[in-house]
Amino acid sequence: MKTLIALVFAILPALSLASAGGVHLDEMKVDLEDNASLQRGAKYFANYCMGCHSTKFARYNRVARDLGIPENLMEENLIFGESKVGSLMKIAMRPEDSKQWFGATPPDLTLVARVRGADWIYTYLRSFHQDDSRPYGVNNTVFKDVGMPHVLEGLQGMQVKGCALVVVGFDPLTGQDIKEDSCAKVDHDGNQVEVLYLDKEGSLDAKAYDKVVADLTNFLVYMSEPMALERQRMGFWVLLFLALLFVPVYYLNREFWRDIH
Amino acid sequence: MSKVSDFMAWVDHRVPLTATFEKHMSKYYAPKNFNFWYFFGVFAFLMLANQILTGVWLTMSFTPTAEEAFASVEYIMRDVEMGWLIRYMHSTGASFFFIVIYMHMFRGLLYGSYQKPRELIWIFGMAIYLMLMAEAFMGYVLPWGQMSYWGAQVIISLFSAIPIVGDDLVTWIKGDFLISGITLNRFFALHVIALPLVIVALVFLHIVALHEVGSNNPDGVDIKKYKDEEGRPLDGVPFHPYYTVHDLVGIVVFLFVFCFVIFFWPEGNGYFLEHANFEEANGLKTPAHIAPVWYFGAYYTILRVVPDKLLGVILMAGAIAILFVLPWLDRSPVKSWRYKGWISRINIIVFALFFILLTWLGTQPATGIYAKLGIVGTVVYFGWFITLPFISAKEKTKPVPERVTG
Repeated sequence: MKTLIALVFAILPALSLASAGGVHLDEMKVDLEDNASLQRGAKYFANYCMGCHSTKFARYNRVARDLGIPENLMEENLIFGESKVGSLMKIAMRPEDSKQWFGATPPDLTLVARVRGADWIYTYLRSFHQDDSRPYGVNNTVFKDVGMPHVLEGLQGMQVKGCALVVVGFDPLTGQDIKEDSCAKVDHDGNQVEVLYLDKEGSLDAKAYDKVVADLTNFLVYMSEPMALERQRMGFWVLLFLALLFVPVYYLNREFWRDIH
Repeated sequence: MSKVSDFMAWVDHRVPLTATFEKHMSKYYAPKNFNFWYFFGVFAFLMLANQILTGVWLTMSFTPTAEEAFASVEYIMRDVEMGWLIRYMHSTGASFFFIVIYMHMFRGLLYGSYQKPRELIWIFGMAIYLMLMAEAFMGYVLPWGQMSYWGAQVIISLFSAIPIVGDDLVTWIKGDFLISGITLNRFFALHVIALPLVIVALVFLHIVALHEVGSNNPDGVDIKKYKDEEGRPLDGVPFHPYYTVHDLVGIVVFLFVFCFVIFFWPEGNGYFLEHANFEEANGLKTPAHIAPVWYFGAYYTILRVVPDKLLGVILMAGAIAILFVLPWLDRSPVKSWRYKGWISRINIIVFALFFILLTWLGTQPATGIYAKLGIVGTVVYFGWFITLPFISAKEKTKPVPERVTG
């Protein structure tokens, strides 16, 4: 019976409820200890995202404190408009207006990383592609028909969805990548595998752009649970205390039960 | 006499403090052969205390309105000193409460703890379980996330399946024509006052009934049959100090696991805190997949196996109701599964495994193989109860020892 319980607990983590909606997501390694990355993420978020997206459950000064940003720097560079450093990170755009402009009010992003997961955000921000049938001329393979324009186009450039040569391996003899036409293959629904490829270059190359998105994602993961590191630090001491407490408690019990049997 | 004993005498003349302590602790004789499974009663008590205490502190900062509830939970998580810890203790505590209760109930099945003369202990226990489900359901609505809202929508609408009065009943429960701040506010009242009072009262009765007849044990033998000259059961030990120090060991281990989840795994992969519930309730946006929290999974699966709403509701209510009459379905002359026939023994394990399967299925979409497994699981669930009277009465049992086997 004990092995059974152990088994149940062992397989439990595999049975995640996370919903990806069937789209393949690229993995991203979150590192909440990387303050430089989080600070860059905060900068990108304030500059590229906060025009439309609030993080209205968080406060500027908390972010400043957690990320090691001096409050005056925070006020000068990351706080726009009337907000005070102790304010919640709300935005000036009115929901009624943005609904008119985008078809849907851009959601608050305080908790988006807990709803969607880091991999989703990381992949989503790298999956915009040209689609002239859409109001803003772009679509997204992770979030189909999303109302959002490709805000980071200046950095990434513009991708197109279609057939392209993709790297499938590495040839050690020639030292070259082995490439294959993606549309030569079909997925299990019988459709040709279309891929995203860069049609118009942005100011950053692919690697640098991925890093920007990784920083943004890192920041949003921090944002969704700002106390995560503190929680783990405290957890270590709590578990250590309980482990030590176990020793006297165990011997106390053994002492009392010595004569029973 | 010392000052302390003077004081105790003064108190005892006015309220039976010493007598009560002796009756329920230092002179309450419990069988000396309790095993692993007997920890879960005290764990349940611990979780009840945890939920009440953390609940009181959450109430201090929570705002039960549709406009503010979601934001106030995030306020607790971010701005309230140690608020996140209190909140995680409460949310993890809810799941652990059910894990513990399910283990506690399974113990009852293994050792026949519901059999004569302990039928009322079982019934009070089942009443606690039922109230706990209501308490957990209403508590889950309070953070006002998407799953709070749509879960409530699904559960409350079940009542509309009741003929004639159904629709009016649903409106009456909601207090509105749709789930709104009014619903949230009344659920808050029930969650923090009415149901906890009922649960605490039932726990009191559960323990009073237990201490009246005495605890069962893994052998299912009556320890009161053999007593020493002073009337103390030979196979019993005073609950205090023997089981207080014994339970302390279990509690430390349990807290280790509990705290591990709180500090390192509070979302429990979306089982303890569902991902979709980090999005604020939106009555105009139905989530793609509405799943109850895991502890309701089994009943949710049973509800969904029948395409007809009323039949589904009847089946689900039946699945819970049938647990209440278990003491009269088991007609075995022996209590513990140790001495039951092999069919009974296998059946208990199969039943438990299928209950776990049903629970898991409840969190998944009911399509394809999952839908078929749900039907199989439901048949096994009810099959166990229906065949129990015949198997338990007919099958050959092993001889039960006179004394506990340790």
